[in-house]
Amino acid sequence: MSELTLTVMRLGFLAVLWLFVIVAVQVIRSDLFGTRVTQRGARREAARPQQAARQAAPPQQRQQAGGGRQRRNAPSKLVVSEGTLTGTTVALQGQTITLGRAHDSTIVLDDDYASSRHARIYPDRDGQWIVEDLGSTNGTYLDRTRLTTPTPIPLGAPIRIGKTVIELRK
Amino acid sequence: MSSSTTNTSTHHTSTIGSIGTPSRRNTELALLVFAVLIPVFAYANVGLAINDQVPTGLLSYGLGLGLLAAVGHLVVRKFAPYADPLLLPLATLLNGLGLVAIWRLDQSELLQSIKQAGSAAPRQLLYTAMGVALFVVVLIFLKDHRVLQRYTYISMVGALILLLLPLVPGLGKNLYGAKIWISVAGFSIQPGEFAKIVLAVFFAGYLMVKRDALALASRRFMGLYLPRGRDLGPILVVWAISILILVFETDLGTSLLFFGMFVIMLYVATERTSWIVFGLLMSAVGAVGVASFEPHIQQRVDAWLDPMREYTLSRNGEFGHSEQAMQALWAFGSGGTLGTGWGQGHSELIRFAANSDFILATFGEELGLAGVMALLLLYALLVERGVRTALAARDPFGKLLAIGLSGAFALQVFVVAGGVMGLIPLTGMTMPFLASGGSSVIANWALVGILLRISDTARRPAPAPAPNPDAEMTQVVRPS
Repeated sequence: MSELTLTVMRLGFLAVLWLFVIVAVQVIRSDLFGTRVTQRGARREAARPQQAARQAAPPQQRQQAGGGRQRRNAPSKLVVSEGTLTGTTVALQGQTITLGRAHDSTIVLDDDYASSRHARIYPDRDGQWIVEDLGSTNGTYLDRTRLTTPTPIPLGAPIRIGKTVIELRK
Repeated sequence: MSSSTTNTSTHHTSTIGSIGTPSRRNTELALLVFAVLIPVFAYANVGLAINDQVPTGLLSYGLGLGLLAAVGHLVVRKFAPYADPLLLPLATLLNGLGLVAIWRLDQSELLQSIKQAGSAAPRQLLYTAMGVALFVVVLIFLKDHRVLQRYTYISMVGALILLLLPLVPGLGKNLYGAKIWISVAGFSIQPGEFAKIVLAVFFAGYLMVKRDALALASRRFMGLYLPRGRDLGPILVVWAISILILVFETDLGTSLLFFGMFVIMLYVATERTSWIVFGLLMSAVGAVGVASFEPHIQQRVDAWLDPMREYTLSRNGEFGHSEQAMQALWAFGSGGTLGTGWGQGHSELIRFAANSDFILATFGEELGLAGVMALLLLYALLVERGVRTALAARDPFGKLLAIGLSGAFALQVFVVAGGVMGLIPLTGMTMPFLASGGSSVIANWALVGILLRISDTARRPAPAPAPNPDAEMTQVVRPS
């Protein structure tokens, strides 16, 4: 085998090995950012015709457009801001989120003050997110008030369960 | 009226379908094809460099590796569809490169002439197949990693038995100064490799229950949280056991691996930096203390501090000294930046354990600094995906188990690579996936299987809520 062929193969192999590393890093990168960026772009695209329609719309319909804007301001994720799970985020995609110490909860709380099925968070018909206490021992607090009925969650309002605090963010 | 509105609102939760998260299985497939082709390229390259022809076994070898990767991929697709797309390709690539390097050392006439059997590569392929089989078993039968939580204390007993097995007379084997092997039916098994996984299960289950006591009951002193005396119990026990391993099995690597894994998991569970400070102090005290009276460890430290002196002594026929540490450094040196190319180095001169403990020297010589860096990055990516899995896991047990397994993997890579490169004293562990040896390959495939299972649970979108039976029965009154 000629010296030249072997040199080409030697350098070629190193190049291929590094190419694999780079491709793997690209996969991680798309795992982090890929989907979210495209979603945001699509949403802005969808918002533009609506805005144009609103300019021409009579006041009565503007009310409805306002409703549409509220949905666009809807929270997209649930963030744990205090407690052992701090930093955990769950994407809100229309599913019900259960919180508690039970192992099958969406968010498993490791907290002696939480009940096994403590609370749940779900969207109502208008896409407004509702928090409901499931008869827990120590209660669920929205800001400072203890919940007795299913209550809509304002954006960024702290929901306290035992030592854990969660909030909804855009 | 009002009752019906609340009812429709709860009913509505079931009608909104959750948007499907991409499972990324096709990405994994593409990467796997890539990961199989790279070792095939290397295999052809070795044949061309040594024998001037494409090796005859190229097709069967490529098909073998490809088949194993395909089986792994199909099982992941079926049983863990949302798992991380990188773990399987990375493990496959590392394993494939290891097979090539072992086969390349098989070709050396020098190694064939001395007892080092000339057919380590087919055996290694068989071990890989067994490893992938265990990987498949883990993914099929371990439906939920939280099941392991039930076996916390059984795991502790199991791990202790595995660790103590090499000390049982008649079963344990004293090979090359370290007692970390047992021989069963003609096979040499390194139980420590399996104990690594079982012990991670125990630590995760134990720390999950105890971490509040360990984290909160402490005093602050000079910026450090000092734990209470009675909370030091567990770390002292694990420390004592790892010291016992060091004294009786005379293996620094195993001892360091277990203690390090415990300290990492303790830190992650309690978020207290003081545990790391304590851990480092205790392992330093233990290692120095034992090295002062244990001749085998003492010898390893000498070889680390002055490899050239050790080499000359061994050349002069002095018993009990080894020339490998220096030879490994020469191999790295002669490789330079870009290496000599596959099959054109002389790492077979290391002779003994060239294809197991010192396999990294072969890569260092034939692929050079560029190749070793890429190799270490592959390991780093594997560990990163493990840590990412731990971050994404929603249950504390899964978090701790994932961090423990990836931490142990990282420590093992560090201990072996550091030993071969002369950063720390050489120990008797093997490079995961690369080195020749059955236990290591099989145990590490099982480890990757568990990580994939946790990552599947963590990345799986939350299940659609069950339809509410009451909502079906109640008629909705709509004002017309």
